[in-house]
Amino acid sequence: MAALPEPHGRPAISVRDLDITYRVSLEARPTLKGAIVRLGRPHKSIRVVEAVKDVSFDVPKGMVMGVIGANGAGKSTLMRAVAGILPPSKGKIEIHGRVSTLLALGVGFNGALTGRENVVLGSLAAGLSRAEIEHKYEEIADFAELGDFMDMPMRTYSSGMYSRLAFSVAVNMDPDILLIDEAMSAGDAKFREKASHRMSDLADNAGTMLLVSHALGTIKDMCSEAIWLHKGALIQRGDPDEIVAAYTKFLKVGETALTMEDV
Amino acid sequence: MSSQAISPEDEYLGEHHVYEPHRAGLPKMRPYFRELWRRKAFAFELSHTEMHAANTDTFFGQAWLVINPLLLASVYFVLVEIIGGKSQPPTFFAHLTSGIFLFYFVSGSMLSGASSVVSGGRLIMNTSFPKMLLPISATYTAFRRFLPTLAVYAVLHVLAGLPIGPHLLWVPVVLLEASCFALGLAMLFATMQVYFRDAKSFLPYGVRIWLYLTPVLWFADKAPKRLLPILPLNPLYGIMGSWSQVLIEGHQPSKYLLALGAAWSLGTLLAGGLYFMSREREFAVRI
Repeated sequence: MAALPEPHGRPAISVRDLDITYRVSLEARPTLKGAIVRLGRPHKSIRVVEAVKDVSFDVPKGMVMGVIGANGAGKSTLMRAVAGILPPSKGKIEIHGRVSTLLALGVGFNGALTGRENVVLGSLAAGLSRAEIEHKYEEIADFAELGDFMDMPMRTYSSGMYSRLAFSVAVNMDPDILLIDEAMSAGDAKFREKASHRMSDLADNAGTMLLVSHALGTIKDMCSEAIWLHKGALIQRGDPDEIVAAYTKFLKVGETALTMEDV
Repeated sequence: MSSQAISPEDEYLGEHHVYEPHRAGLPKMRPYFRELWRRKAFAFELSHTEMHAANTDTFFGQAWLVINPLLLASVYFVLVEIIGGKSQPPTFFAHLTSGIFLFYFVSGSMLSGASSVVSGGRLIMNTSFPKMLLPISATYTAFRRFLPTLAVYAVLHVLAGLPIGPHLLWVPVVLLEASCFALGLAMLFATMQVYFRDAKSFLPYGVRIWLYLTPVLWFADKAPKRLLPILPLNPLYGIMGSWSQVLIEGHQPSKYLLALGAAWSLGTLLAGGLYFMSREREFAVRI
């Protein structure tokens, strides 16, 4: 599936036969009391989720790859797997390059701590050295344009400020590979423009991106290729316009068409 | 960083990743601990930040860390000395205080360890890092909270006229045992808390009962004869026994107590660590 010529001849992201299953609790808040009270009653509180099934694809260096699919298609799970947060159940993922993530489900911040503390802690956890963080901190703070708020607890932030800081951290890590999950709606119109400029810069500088979005326009504009996931399986891969068209058609026609193709 | 050429170091440290299924539920040990070591600064910074947020790094914050267990020691002293009726040796208050301070280090590590993973939820869901750093940070915080009480004990030690000599070199050894044990517990309960969110609310009761079963309110060698065979089942029996022998009795701890403490602390560390690592993958989807 080699697409573009690459300097090292190896893709930035290579996903092979990836299966991801995990167990989730059906209880809102699993408790010991609940488990004891439930004893002796044949009640299942655990469900196994097969979030990604037998997915293989490569993302060559410098490519912006879009990921589309309905809710529950496994897009976010795939992103977490590529980020190394959720190791595969089967298969293999190989990454060449420094990865930075901007995932939708919470941004990794603790509301009781200040913006500055959160940035430092998050970067240390991501494996940066103190010297690197010191070097990048100003850039991050400048880009987010939060001013004095950087030294205030993050629970005082508005949701726009929150996502601005998250975006700023993700893009200022000088990533080779950027994983973005539904995070393009950051901030006001002005910041959004700045953000999309920054994304284009990264893409132009041979940055690799894996982009999950429900905004099909963004996928068409930004990506040079797209994949379509449905219920954990990779349905189609190719030119973003084609994939988006097929996906839109599928959404209109409904599930029957796909199940027939699937068989 | 992307502008730099890939040095061999970068190749090892985070420029090339392979994610594969865990064998027998455990991640590969060598890369895991290499990454853990590389990111140790995170554990210290987290501890530092949390202590700062809780104002533990101010003078009165430090003072409070001392006053609280000291008051507790006084309560127990009154309880045992006056209500218990039996007259205790003059060194009893020193024994009680040193014991309570160490006990609160261990139980503090257990309690804050229990919430370390659950409260790190957002970070866990967004960053790939060895989560063991979270309970390690909790234990480190508990240790830093223990240090000022150790200083207060030193004053009591001198005031009580207890012996000072080379036998005190055993103090770090016993503290190491206690720290390994505390970290093992932190990891064990951190994992349990993910599956049973109310586990932590049961802990204070357990801690209280455990305190009474541990040679803190009484001397290890004054225990009733018929209880002797079951005493070693208390993981803190060996550690607390050695602690009191070094500090109060003023000699090196008996080989038996020292070995017992070491066995319990290493066993707990190993069990806690393996349990934690075997469940670590699920944290991202369970929190």
